[in-house]
Amino acid sequence: MEAAVTKCRCDLDAELGRVIARHEGKKDDLIEILYWVQKNYGYVPKDVQLIIADKMDVPLSAINGVITFYHFFSSKPKGKYEISLCNGTACHLRGAPQVLARFEKELGIKPHDTTGDNMFSLGLIRCLGACAVAPNITINSEPRARMEPDLVPEIINELKEKE
Amino acid sequence: MMKRVKSVDELIKFKEAALVKIKERQIGDKTTIVVNMGTCGIAAGARDVMMAIIDEIEKRNISDVIITQAGCAGMCEHEPMLEVIKPCSPQVIYTRLNKEKARRIVIDHVINGRVVEEYALMQQA
Amino acid sequence: MHYYRAHVLVCAGSVCVTSGCRAVKEAILEGITRHQLEEEIKVVETGCMGFCELGPLVVVYPEGVMYCRVKVEDAAVIVNEHLLKGRIVKHLLYQDPNTRKTVTLMKDLPFLSKQTKVAMRNAGLINPEDIEEYIAGEGYLALAKVLSSMSPEEVIIEMKKSGLRGRGGAGFLTGLKWEFTAKARGTQKYVVCNGDEGVPGVFMDRSILEGDPHSVIEAMAIAGYAVGADQGYIYVRAEYPLAVEKLRHAINQACEFGLLGENILGTGFNFEVNIRVGAGAFVCGEETALLASIEGRRGEPRPRPPFPANEGLWGKPTLINNVETLSSVPPIILKGGAWYASMGTEKSKGTKVFALTGKVNNTGLIEVPMGIPLKEIIFDIGGGILNNKKLKAVLAGGPVGGFIPAEHLNVSMDYESLAALGTLIGSGSLTVIDEDTCVVDLVKFFVEFCHEESCGKCTPCRIGTKRMLEILERITRGEGKDGDIEALEVLCDYIKNTALCGLGQSAPNPVLSMLRYFRPELEAHVRDKHCPASVCAFLFDSPCQNTAEGGVR
Repeated sequence: MEAAVTKCRCDLDAELGRVIARHEGKKDDLIEILYWVQKNYGYVPKDVQLIIADKMDVPLSAINGVITFYHFFSSKPKGKYEISLCNGTACHLRGAPQVLARFEKELGIKPHDTTGDNMFSLGLIRCLGACAVAPNITINSEPRARMEPDLVPEIINELKEKE
Repeated sequence: MMKRVKSVDELIKFKEAALVKIKERQIGDKTTIVVNMGTCGIAAGARDVMMAIIDEIEKRNISDVIITQAGCAGMCEHEPMLEVIKPCSPQVIYTRLNKEKARRIVIDHVINGRVVEEYALMQQA
Repeated sequence: MHYYRAHVLVCAGSVCVTSGCRAVKEAILEGITRHQLEEEIKVVETGCMGFCELGPLVVVYPEGVMYCRVKVEDAAVIVNEHLLKGRIVKHLLYQDPNTRKTVTLMKDLPFLSKQTKVAMRNAGLINPEDIEEYIAGEGYLALAKVLSSMSPEEVIIEMKKSGLRGRGGAGFLTGLKWEFTAKARGTQKYVVCNGDEGVPGVFMDRSILEGDPHSVIEAMAIAGYAVGADQGYIYVRAEYPLAVEKLRHAINQACEFGLLGENILGTGFNFEVNIRVGAGAFVCGEETALLASIEGRRGEPRPRPPFPANEGLWGKPTLINNVETLSSVPPIILKGGAWYASMGTEKSKGTKVFALTGKVNNTGLIEVPMGIPLKEIIFDIGGGILNNKKLKAVLAGGPVGGFIPAEHLNVSMDYESLAALGTLIGSGSLTVIDEDTCVVDLVKFFVEFCHEESCGKCTPCRIGTKRMLEILERITRGEGKDGDIEALEVLCDYIKNTALCGLGQSAPNPVLSMLRYFRPELEAHVRDKHCPASVCAFLFDSPCQNTAEGGVR
């Protein structure tokens, strides 16, 4: 469970230049680049969007269109620990709504929000494909199965204690 | 050891060789532990199980055990799962494991040859 | 090491010892000596096999035949019949207590024995990171066969003969799709593998990509040869990071082995495969939206024709097949189209993987011949309903499918029979619901899904699903009113007939299915403000719960 943001911003910006250069002239690779940005920056900042638009010769509106279209990208910063609940059918039937309610209560935030201390974000994802062990959650993309509302405080404490 | 397969004949020869290697699992003298490491398995704790097995095997300095992995076997309900293949004996699939259960399987089944009945899938049949 | 023709394993677990296995072993050894089979057959004592109740247990390999409750006097029969003449001694086999049928092999768990694995033949058995294990199981031999002894036309004929239909949902004949792409004009063509398994509740593609990535890669190369493409793209969902990792590894290995790249197996055929990772949008499973996404744009569908077979990726002819479809290709090439077509029904050939989820005992992935009765899937393979509850319905096709109510449990699982019931095989999701599941709540969940996943390009889908959702939300809050049901009917009709792509056209399916089979339950919500399954929080059954704090379940 590595936290999403580990490097300092200036290192990232230099690396971003290299990543864009690798895809130079290939507008089709836009999603690949955004993927890299989301993974390394934790979100897609406005100024990075501008850099990509300029260097890739793609309108900013097109980049923004792609970011808002796909669930994976976010233009808002996310918390250090991104907790996502699977929102598939099997999870729904086996108690995911109750697990979500407990996370909302314990963290005091709604889905797609981040706690004030930037520690936790709450998200929803479409089916993880691990339906047989539903309900599932992921913490920074590491999956955990067979969730129950009563396990929620334990998980949050476990993450807090890591700090 | 990676080598290019340059013709159809070479591929067939390579296949035969690979087949012998795999058959040795059943008749050779090594025990194979196959841990199912699909998303469902990992979500249910397969990584912990794998680490516990590696740890237990290393701690005891056992050399004739092969630890390998496979994907999701479709029986996700039973994850985490693993299979123990001992020479000249039936394969046993263990289900719904955790670290402690995995350690017990290494000690009881892999080392001492006693199937851990209560974790074996076959018992549920 | 001395090789024996057969091994006789005698379980010597503590329970079997108490029930007399040692004497049985001695008797078998004696029989073997009497017939001078010592050089051919080895008797081994094993640890507990886990069937203590059935001991003393004797298992004969290589067949893996399991004999139960063997007595000393049975030993002679086993030696005379099985070891000497190769005939299985039927009366000593294990009997399933429920069905009274005998189970011969250890692999014959009811969950596994009713299955026929084609697409999932390797998943869960081989190490996905080791190409050798794939090759040992005849991997890449199908590619070798087509490259060395078949013309592209012959490959397509074989695929047509197999009757394989697209397993992603639409069910279009795969061989025909290959033929269209092969015949399309153009020198540059592409093969795309659709691994955007977005329907919640299905995970066979994930299982195959994670557990057997080479089968998909091999099939893409075969398809490339057949249609005249030298480049392939695999589009995988962002939600499946492990699948992406295994695929990357597999592609690299295949390249190192020269099974991808230039001049494959010295035949002059070139093929390369790239991965594109999706970014979380259900609509990208629609083929034109998927192509837009590969090209780095918003994944919005466009009207067809032109079909991708003629104008696909970057306007070039493109073959798009889903993971499960491709994974079935190598066995079809090796064993022949006729072999595959011998399974299934007249119009639905071969096998299909279903993802069994919901309120059923054995959830998981199952691969069965088309045409199997649903009842066998739920009760024999699935082991029945969780906690012995009553089956209410099975939902086929996920959020764009429909219900199969309990009274149609004998339906044959094929494209045509399910269509007649107003539902579809789709990508193979089977969600079991019991008497505690509220159909209205579940349908609301699906409409919400389709609404959120609507790309917004066409009005019927974007606004129509929103209106349906609003009505259903009102109904489940106890604010349903006269005319709501009729309004739903009208909306369904509009959306179905006017939406641009498959997502919109099928979004009304669960609502229509609910209207067809569960109208009284819906009416109870609307008119009586009552939820018969006690799920909808505001419409509780018993008065005492109604007076408690609102919404507490």
